[in-house]
Amino acid sequence: MALQFIYAIVGRKKLSGNFMSYKLTADNINVWYGNYHALKDITVRIRPNTVTAFIGPSGCGKSTFLRLINRMNDYIDGFRMDGQILIDEKNIYSKRVRVEELRKEVGMVFQKPNPFPKTIFDNVVYGLTIRGVNNKRILEEACESSLRQAALWDEVKDDLKKSALALSGGQQQRLCIARTLAVKPTVILMDEPASSLDPISTAKIEELISELKQHYTIIIVTHNMQQAARISDRTAFFYLGELIEFDSTVNIFTAPKESKTQSYITGRFG
Amino acid sequence: MSQIDNPVQNLKTELEQMFQMVSTQLSKAKDALTGFDKDLAREVVQIEKRVNGQELQIDRIAENFIALYSPVAIDLRFVLAVLKINNNLERIGDIAEGISKYINESAVPFDAKLMEESNVIPMFEAAMRMLEETKMAFEKEDTSIARKIFKSDDYLDHINIEAINCLTEGMKNDPSKITDALYIISIIRKLERIGDQLKNIAEEIIFYIEAKVLKHAKLK
Repeated sequence: MALQFIYAIVGRKKLSGNFMSYKLTADNINVWYGNYHALKDITVRIRPNTVTAFIGPSGCGKSTFLRLINRMNDYIDGFRMDGQILIDEKNIYSKRVRVEELRKEVGMVFQKPNPFPKTIFDNVVYGLTIRGVNNKRILEEACESSLRQAALWDEVKDDLKKSALALSGGQQQRLCIARTLAVKPTVILMDEPASSLDPISTAKIEELISELKQHYTIIIVTHNMQQAARISDRTAFFYLGELIEFDSTVNIFTAPKESKTQSYITGRFG
Repeated sequence: MSQIDNPVQNLKTELEQMFQMVSTQLSKAKDALTGFDKDLAREVVQIEKRVNGQELQIDRIAENFIALYSPVAIDLRFVLAVLKINNNLERIGDIAEGISKYINESAVPFDAKLMEESNVIPMFEAAMRMLEETKMAFEKEDTSIARKIFKSDDYLDHINIEAINCLTEGMKNDPSKITDALYIISIIRKLERIGDQLKNIAEEIIFYIEAKVLKHAKLK
């Protein structure tokens, strides 16, 4: 809501009606780290309430592209971007955009679970408390709602004062997802969210992602192609900074159009 | 060669062996029919047991491949095609066995005039050529060869229709030849079904190489 307020002040860029059906559009994106051309002319359209998987070998640029969406690359020395990224038709790189508000709208879950050294409750409501929300009832409702959405409530409801660090790896990751959900994002970015987890925890995270997409737009970077095949609606294959192919996941994994895509997903790369 | 290429090549080799076994069955069945050779006919029935064993082996290898390698894209299409082709070849083997059993059942050779007028031997030879072409299409992964199979099947269908008409006339004109005519009609029907099986195999080859589904399609 705050993001919409800010954009209302600075004015909206009028776009063709076709853009209304996309949650996120990225056009002709080029990224440099100093002289290194990390991403080359990437154009992507992502619909709302879908799961999009980014796959590709290490160093191909998929995490770089993911971090563009919540402007995490801004902190990297030498970072420069050309092109335009719109979320709900609004340019997220506009000079008047407050990055803190963007990151409320666009949450992120990282590869290694990173709960704060606080209680479970304090972890979940942290994003609200630093924004000045201090009504106990509101915080408790937000905590329960977020933990339920993250499929963790039943496991922790009896001891929310317990340290988050005492949870298992899989529980910590779901706690991080709950923390992201508490501030009511509309887009959730996930950078290999299950790669450090055991198979059962991974299955729980994947099940959670399938449920969350009913309410959120999810973009996930993964090295696990079977995971991409299981949970995503569309899959983008990156290689050496280029977007080689972007299609429905079924098409990518049954009949990819590009030979590089086929070589990668069948394990014949290099 | 990547890790997945080994089981793919293994499956290919096993299926090529299946092609060869069925080709041998058909060839012996034709020779048994031409020469009314009951010993050769019995050999065809013996080979059928090995063909059945090979079918089960290929199914098992394919199942393991899917379980262990979770194939996608062309590898997935390949293993799905292998399972279907395997089944089609086994049915061709059954047909060859069925033809051989007719030879063993009959006390005397089939009427030579009916055999000639029905074109059953040229039809047999056409079916064998189709099988060789289908085998080549699979070995070389050549969809242009696979597409030629559809025309060849039309030729078999044509002989089938003409043969049935000719044999029907033959039965009307000389009822003493009804038994032989019925045997020959049955053999012709079986040969026509071989053509259908080979057409199905050609469709599967095109599917796995080009990702095009031609099954039930009017235009190929």
